[in-house]
This record gives sequence, C-alpha cells and structure tokens, in this order.
Amino acid sequence: MNALRRNVLKGAAGAGAVAVAVAAGLLKPTQAMAAWNKAAFDAKNVGAALNGIGVADPADSKDITIKAPDIAENGAVVPVEVTSDIAGTTSIAILAEKNASPLVSNFNLSGGALGFISTRIKMGQTSLVRAVVKAGGKSYTAAKEVKVTIGGCGG
Amino acid sequence: MAEPMRIRATMAGDVADVKVLMNHPMETGLRKDAKTGQMIPAHFITEVIATVNGTPVLAAEMSGGISKNPYLGFKVKGPKAGDKVAVSWADNKGDKNSVEATIG
Amino acid sequence: MKQKIIMKLLAGMAGLGIALGAASVHASPEKDRQELIKYYMNKYPDVKVEDYVYGALAFDADSKAQYDAIMEFPPYDSEIDKGRKMWETPFKNGKTYANCLPNGGKHIAGNYPLFDEAKGKVVTLHDAINDCRTANGEEAFKVDDMKTMGLLTAYMRTLSDGMMMNIKVEGPKAMAAYEDGKKTFFSRKGQLNFACATCHVQNAGNHLRSELISPVIGHAVHWPVFRGGDNLFTLQRRYQGCFKQVRAVPPPQGGTTLNNLEYFHSALSNGLPLKASVFRK
Repeated sequence: MNALRRNVLKGAAGAGAVAVAVAAGLLKPTQAMAAWNKAAFDAKNVGAALNGIGVADPADSKDITIKAPDIAENGAVVPVEVTSDIAGTTSIAILAEKNASPLVSNFNLSGGALGFISTRIKMGQTSLVRAVVKAGGKSYTAAKEVKVTIGGCGG
Repeated sequence: MAEPMRIRATMAGDVADVKVLMNHPMETGLRKDAKTGQMIPAHFITEVIATVNGTPVLAAEMSGGISKNPYLGFKVKGPKAGDKVAVSWADNKGDKNSVEATIG
Repeated sequence: MKQKIIMKLLAGMAGLGIALGAASVHASPEKDRQELIKYYMNKYPDVKVEDYVYGALAFDADSKAQYDAIMEFPPYDSEIDKGRKMWETPFKNGKTYANCLPNGGKHIAGNYPLFDEAKGKVVTLHDAINDCRTANGEEAFKVDDMKTMGLLTAYMRTLSDGMMMNIKVEGPKAMAAYEDGKKTFFSRKGQLNFACATCHVQNAGNHLRSELISPVIGHAVHWPVFRGGDNLFTLQRRYQGCFKQVRAVPPPQGGTTLNNLEYFHSALSNGLPLKASVFRK
C-alpha cells in the first residue's frame, strides 16, 4: 500500500496498478494518498514549507507564468493560474508567502496532465504568490506580488 | 452530506480542459465565530484525485488556504471526447465526494 | 428647502439637467437617464455605455479580469441551486410560482419595480413574489431575509438574464413615487452628509480610499450580488449598507422610501441588460 501511495504522488510507473485499483473501487482518495503533509502545511515560513515538500533552493525560471491580480478584489478568493512550460513538470506548488501557513496547495501531475493549474486562494495580506515547480528531478520557481487591501465600500 | 460537485470537461484541440467546482467550507481553524466567540474548527479538503479513464492525472494536497468552495482547473493531453474524467476529494474529517463526467 | 439643498449639491455637476429636473414637476425619467448618460460619456469617453453594467469594474481591467475568472465558475453555484429548488417546489396547494407570476416568472424582472395604480404604490419583484405566496396560502417572506427571499431571487432573477431593464413611469402618481426616489438619491444624509449622488454621480470612476466608485447608470441590473463570492446581497440590502456607510439610519427594506428609491434607481438603467447573481468584492 505504501508503494502505491508513493507512486500516485510521484506519477511513476506504478500508476497502472493504481488505475486498476481505482477503477475497481478498491482505492479511494484517502487510501490512495499518503497522509496529509502536515509538516509542510503547518510550516510558518516559506523555507520550512518548501523543505516539507522536498524542495531546497529552487531556481528562478522564466518558463513559469503566474496569472494573478495586481490588486485582489477580495483576499478570500484570489484567482491564481500557474502555467509551467518546463518539460516534464511533475508538480506545481502554490504559496502565499505572508499567509500564516505559506504553503497553500501542492498539485502532483501525471498521465499526460499539462503543467497548468487554475484555482482560487486565500491571502491574508499583500505578498508574493509563489509557484514552485518540480520537473526532471529539479525544482524551479517564479513569483508575483498580489496586493490585498481592506475595502471600505462593500456594504 | 456534501453537495454535488460540478464539473465541466471539454476538448480544446488535443487537450482536455477540465474545470471542477467543489462544495466545501474550507475552514482554516483560525476563524472565530462572530456570534459565539469560539474558534471554528479546521474543516477543509486535504486531497483531490483526478483520473482519466482510470489513470491518475492529478493528485493534489490542499489546505485551508484554498478558497471556500474550491475551484480547480487542469488540462490533460491525450484523452479524446467520450473519455471519462473522475474527480474525488477527501477532507480532514473523513468526508468524501466524487463526480464523473464524459469529456465533451 | 429640500430643493435648495439638492441645487447646492449639484452645483458641482455643471450642465447636469437632471439636477434642475429634481426641482421641476415636469421632469421626465427618460430625460433624466439621457442627461446622466451624457454626463458620464463626457467625463469618461473611453468607457462604453454597455460596460456600465459592470459598475466600478468597467473602470479597472485588473478587477474586471478577476470578475471574469470567478464568473466562469462561480463559487456560489450551489446557493443558486438552493434558490432553484425553492422556485420549483410547489406550494401546499400544488401550485407553483410559475403559475401565478406573469410569463411563468421568465423575463419579467426588468419590469420591476412597477407602479401599481390600484394599490397606489410601487410594487417590487419581492412584493410580487410575496403576493404570489399569500394568494396560494403561504406566508410572505421577509424581504430582508437573505436565506428566503434572497436565495429565491438569486435563482429566479436569472430567469430574466439578458432582458433589458424596462421600468415604466406613467401617470402623476407614478411620477410622484419616481420623484420621491430621486429626492432620496440626491439628498445629503447621515453624519458624513453625503448624498447617493455625491459618490455615484459626482465621484463615479474616482477612488474613495481604495475603492473605485461605480456610476449610477448600470447599477440596478446586476442583483443580487454575492460579495466575496459568498455573502448574498439584494439591492435593498445594499441600499441599507450605503445609508450606514454615510452614518445615516437606514430605512427598512421593503418600505416606501427604499421602494421608491429602487423605482427611480432602476429606471436610470432602462435599456441595459439584466444579469443576476454576480460576483462582487
């Protein structure tokens, strides 16, 4: 079971066995994945969060595009889209550097999934929104600043 | 208990474009209930798995940092119209939900 | 006295005929609307009239892009679904809302508020829904209850998406209600002593601290809204918010003041398409 979990996360050759198991209804989400990465998600700073997902010193990359607003309309729902043009992208992590817990989510890609994730995140304050990409055993990163204001007119 | 997930899956050229809207309060555990003054317990989706024709394409770990009623968009190269995409989630309380769609 | 106040307030809005119209019994709602559009076109020649339905978003591409991203798959979809279930569930007597509202409830929101000659007052869509409920043996909803009237109209108003606002102001009693709404809109109120017009006419397109102010044209077509994708606001709930924000005591939702205001306010958006249940910050 452990090997299967790791394989789903890494998107490696074991995916075939997982597919059969999923199709047979034997493998449900909580079984398919390893225990939730508490260490990474509870980390209070970017360094520790990246450590938690097995990343140290990601290289800045211009092949990662972050589409996010300049000024968030509402910090509770900030649309963020990350596109990685790096060949062999296997995961995209999204961090909001000044959030209490900077790691927001980590997306593992396999089976033909492109280096593309679109989602909506919460931001507690103005900060860099950082994407960290794993590809070919190496890690890469890009960031964009998103301003968060406290509006006065919403009623 | 959980509301149905909404999913849209269409082919754009040779890429399947999948959009999912999940229903979930995504409580971080850091919010106070305005009326009672008590902290609202953490309750959020921790993992999302997506498969195409049974092959895993996405395995995501989420936290309370994802917005309420999570939205997820991803793209897969290889599927054809008529293939099945399935998305399921589990949360920190053991609740689950899933949805399946045919790629249009 | 009120007229003098209105005149003074609008001294800054040079050439705005509607200002003078406020003092005249023979003003025409259509002329008021045209005057305002002319005023905005002059002030913001690069913003198209049809984009006024987006309010402040028409003035800021970054905000509009977020609106578009979220509207592609709104997080409050399941709330609208709750409204749909309410709409489709028959009353105890087996009839439905579609049975007792004009045109089955489709493409009618743009006609409200309307002036009911028989009742001698403005009737809003919420009133029409409640009349339908009571006529079928059900209790009326509280119009300020987002969980009932709010949710129901979050779905029901989408049945009128695309319909042009089409408020009719005909006859002296209707005109009086319209003028009453106009007076509310142009009167200074509250400790901050602002009129609705101070922000939404005089300062539309400007910033109030970090907020971009929306113009009054195009206001009334896009309700209810889900603030932050989450918090449901009907138009009159928002009116109350505005009153509170200028530190004035808000009149009750569903009362004469806010109904007449909604009547005037909606007429200013005649000819613009409705779209219900949209995202706002």
